[in-house]
Amino acid sequence: MSQGWGLGALVNLDHYGHYLNWHFISISVSNLTVMVLMVVTFVVALFAPFPGRRNRRGSK
Amino acid sequence: MSTTEIERQWTSRLRKSVVAKLPPDKMLPDTQPAYVASWIYVFGVTTMAALFVVIVTGCILAIDGPVWWHSSSLGHFVNSMHLWAVEIFFFAMVVHLWGKFSMAAWRGGRSLTWVTGAVTFLASILAGFTGYVSQTNFDSQWIATQAKDGINSTGGGAFFNVLNLGQMLMWHIVLLPIAAVVLTGLHVVMVRIKGVVPPFEEKSSEVSA
Ligand code: HEM
Repeated sequence: MSQGWGLGALVNLDHYGHYLNWHFISISVSNLTVMVLMVVTFVVALFAPFPGRRNRRGSK
Repeated sequence: MSTTEIERQWTSRLRKSVVAKLPPDKMLPDTQPAYVASWIYVFGVTTMAALFVVIVTGCILAIDGPVWWHSSSLGHFVNSMHLWAVEIFFFAMVVHLWGKFSMAAWRGGRSLTWVTGAVTFLASILAGFTGYVSQTNFDSQWIATQAKDGINSTGGGAFFNVLNLGQMLMWHIVLLPIAAVVLTGLHVVMVRIKGVVPPFEEKSSEVSA
């Protein structure tokens, strides 16, 4: 509708969903993307260095 | 009034027990243990921030109602803010839940923290479902006609009728938001009362390295 606005959507979501099918498993690409991003975020949150944190094994 | 009489007042007793359980410096502490300096601890507060945006945008949607959010560009914008804040809310909540599961953060008498979190999760899912059927468009009609078969197969349809837009909207904008906010409040108060769960003990062989 209001296309061409400044930022707009980075990805065009204005169409029917795409689905992946494998035997009885059926999942939309968007749901799968969110699930993969959650797993990636979880792993990064565990291992990415947190700003201002002193080295755990250093001074102790 | 004598001092014993004053001490017996329910206001005095309530204040004393609240302050004993949750003194101000525990409610809003100045520092946290070193192990809290990790990204995984950011997801609880991210979930809370997203919930705040969900509630504020939901209140804005309520002012002018469905015709506004379906037909004006500002309405579309606030509607989108509401939807995407919900996406961030669930995303952050799931990462938060995985993080707490991996730390077994229910240890040390923190089971109520875990349970209030889990019940908030369930209430939020219901809030999400009732939101989908409250859109007032063809999408919500389609979802409701699919959902009714599922709910009727459980017998729940007699009390919770997903085809009843009035009932769904009331659950979505009154009952479930109240439940989510109250449960989140209890959840965070439990975290403050108990303090952040300490990490597992390191094995002695690892410490000497
Ligand atoms: C509306 C959803 C939720 C909100 C707003 C929320 C918020 C928070 C916040 C702010 C904290 C403290 C900071 C942190 O450790 O991240 C926390 C801790 C905690 N959360 Fe949640 N949470 C939610 C859902 C959940 C769920 C679904 C679970 C698990 C079933 C859960 C389990 C826990 C536990 C066990 C702690 C205590 C951690 C500790 O003692 O170290 N929470 N939550």
